[in-house]
Amino acid sequence: MKRTIMTVDDSASVRLMVKFSLAELGFEIVEAVDGVDALRKIEKKPVHMLITDINMPELDGISLVRKVREIPACKFIPIIMLTTESQEEKKREGRKAGATGWIVKPFRPDQLVSVVKKVLG
Amino acid sequence: MSEEFEKLVETFREETYELLSELESSLFELEKDPHNSGEAVSSIFRAFHSIKGAGGMFGFDEVSRFTHEIETVYDLVRAGKVLADKSLVDLSFAASDLIREMITSPKEVAEQKKKADELLVSLRQLFPEITEAKKAKKSALPKEGEPVMLAAKLKAYRIRFRPSADIFATGTNPSLLLRELCGLGQCSVIAHSDAIPDLDEIDPELCYTSWDVILTTGRDLDAIRDIFIFVEDTSELSIEMIDDGESAVDSADYKKLGEILVEKRDITPEDLQRVLGGRKRLGEMLIDEGLVQPESIQAALLEQEHVRLIREGRLKKEVISNIRVSSEKLDKLVNLVGELVTVQARLSRNALYTGDSELASIAEEVERLTAELRDNTMNIRMLPIGTTFSRFRRLVRDLSKDLGKEVEMVTEGGDTELDKTVIERLGDPLVHLIRNCIDHGIEPPEERISAGKPRKGTVRLSATHSGANVLIEIEDDGAGLDAGAIRAKAVKKGLVDPDAELGGGEILSLILAPGFSTTENVTNISGRGVGLDVVKRAADSLRGEISIRSEQGKGTSITLSLPLTLAIIEGLLIRIEDEHFVLPLSAVEECVELIGGDRHGRHIANVRGHIIPYIRLREQFTISGTPPEIEQIVIVKNETTKVGFVVDTVIGENQTVIKTLGRVYKGVEGISGATILGDGTVALILDVSKLIRIVEEGEVSEQASR
Repeated sequence: MKRTIMTVDDSASVRLMVKFSLAELGFEIVEAVDGVDALRKIEKKPVHMLITDINMPELDGISLVRKVREIPACKFIPIIMLTTESQEEKKREGRKAGATGWIVKPFRPDQLVSVVKKVLG
Repeated sequence: MSEEFEKLVETFREETYELLSELESSLFELEKDPHNSGEAVSSIFRAFHSIKGAGGMFGFDEVSRFTHEIETVYDLVRAGKVLADKSLVDLSFAASDLIREMITSPKEVAEQKKKADELLVSLRQLFPEITEAKKAKKSALPKEGEPVMLAAKLKAYRIRFRPSADIFATGTNPSLLLRELCGLGQCSVIAHSDAIPDLDEIDPELCYTSWDVILTTGRDLDAIRDIFIFVEDTSELSIEMIDDGESAVDSADYKKLGEILVEKRDITPEDLQRVLGGRKRLGEMLIDEGLVQPESIQAALLEQEHVRLIREGRLKKEVISNIRVSSEKLDKLVNLVGELVTVQARLSRNALYTGDSELASIAEEVERLTAELRDNTMNIRMLPIGTTFSRFRRLVRDLSKDLGKEVEMVTEGGDTELDKTVIERLGDPLVHLIRNCIDHGIEPPEERISAGKPRKGTVRLSATHSGANVLIEIEDDGAGLDAGAIRAKAVKKGLVDPDAELGGGEILSLILAPGFSTTENVTNISGRGVGLDVVKRAADSLRGEISIRSEQGKGTSITLSLPLTLAIIEGLLIRIEDEHFVLPLSAVEECVELIGGDRHGRHIANVRGHIIPYIRLREQFTISGTPPEIEQIVIVKNETTKVGFVVDTVIGENQTVIKTLGRVYKGVEGISGATILGDGTVALILDVSKLIRIVEEGEVSEQASR
């Protein structure tokens, strides 16, 4: 079965960029425009990995991580935060909420690929 | 990347236009009520932030650089550190215009950059705070221009990784981290499982294991640290260099076990002193005393071994290629080892029969040592094939000049090692194949150009290891083989039946048949009446196999698969009456019982629905006596077909030291040599493909005479 990765970002171009970067790995990529949309979709069909933005209008990334971890099927999935906030504080906050790691925007496709490989094996 | 990426950029543009118009409406709000519009400031910040983030990804670096500083100002506004006044709003409108311009016409970068700089200057004058915020951030980053360490030397590191118990809750899989670590170099990993509680107390969502890893790598400390980047602040991680890869060592010895344990704080120096008073081995005593877990001792011992090995390797490298030994001495050594292997087999056998356990354990030890000695000796005979390869450069150059062709030779895997004898006997067939490539394969320059190929043809010669074999591949990018022409020619020459059903590989293999040559004109270079059958014969005598792939118009590739050594083979020992024979194990597919015997006098067996012809070795070698009730059939692979050999008993696998039969028996066909068995009897080694051919020819002449 194809594994599913969800990209959550209010920017369509970032979502496309994620899709574009990960195309070679052969995952199924699903999109969500913000935290609320993501949660609704995940509750319907759990994903194998989540790549989420932090600053989003409806339910920010860190709260999303917290909520996703409460869904039993997604308790241990890798979650990568996609953010321009390279400040330690946001990272720590995200980690505490249960995120696996982060990648700082702007990223190059190969950077995203290597992070996905790192956390998903 | 191009077209798809263009699409991405287009999405980015549209999105940015949208963001900019949102941005402007928020700016109007802010302008109306600068003191009471937190919502507007947030949305402005978010807009700039998004543009900055995406801009960098889609190649709009200037947008990203420029927006960054404005974003910083709005971050300050958001935090209440500065007040958004009219001048900031004016600047923001100007910035919005500039961003639109930048993404609409990215070609006019120079002018835009000037405008951006002007804007930034006024921004900085208004808010000197940006520069401070920027400074604070900069200092945290590594200094630019710092020389990057090029770690060419292999260094050994000791990495102790103790993940926090709740590591799984962050979706981290520690085994992936270890795997990544192992990807950096040579790794020895020990897991500490002592913290795992009893089964009924275990919480499967917690991680109880920690690891010690000894890693030898050419990468630097940062590369190792990077692997743990997501977990370093929640997990216990220590990385220490334990061997810097260059310290001059006279011996490979590393620290003593006790030293390592004390250094890693597994035990205290006092513990060590006290326990050392005893008599047993240190590790055992420490475990007995309950001072450390067995895993810790294991990890320390592993570290000792790991470093000793790399140091040994280093010492070896320094003295390599300093000894010259005449090949005669080497041959003698190989012979002696061969004898030893035989004697050892006898010893093992006798030890087994006498049932003396003491003797059996000695025999086992001798067996182990002999095997090691054998492998090492064979290794000494190994030579890199590179020298043979370089011999061909000249050949290619001269040939292509003679033929008016332009050919470049590329060699790969020149350091692949092969038995000296194999290399010596490989020269001629390779010359033949290369000649063939250049003469028949590579087209003249004009022809190549009109076929849309580079003017210069390429002949690639490569050697790679594949299990116990070495693959030598000769590949050209010439005209390729014309399967139709080959078939027609073979039919004309009576090599195949006109109605024969042949697979692609079988047709191509016809060029190896004796007396085959497709080019009508015999040239000076190849095809002097001798075809590629010379190559086939040479490969056979080296117990090698040839496979051919070709695509018309694209090129041809011929692969020789050769055994690493000729002196010893893995054989299958079989028996007929009191006679023993050895079949090369590499050719054997399977052994089954022959059920039903001969049908209608024909030697054909049905093995799981496949019809397999067989040869009765008893008949073939005219061995008297009656066959047992249930006979065995050993099925061997011969080129593309399978053939069975019917024998009385299959005894089993056997390490076979090959002895030549000597001059007197040189003409005997179907036998490639002999070997001495454990009990001193002689077994003949069968030449499978030759035997099959003899039987086939016999049948053909029999049919003809009917």
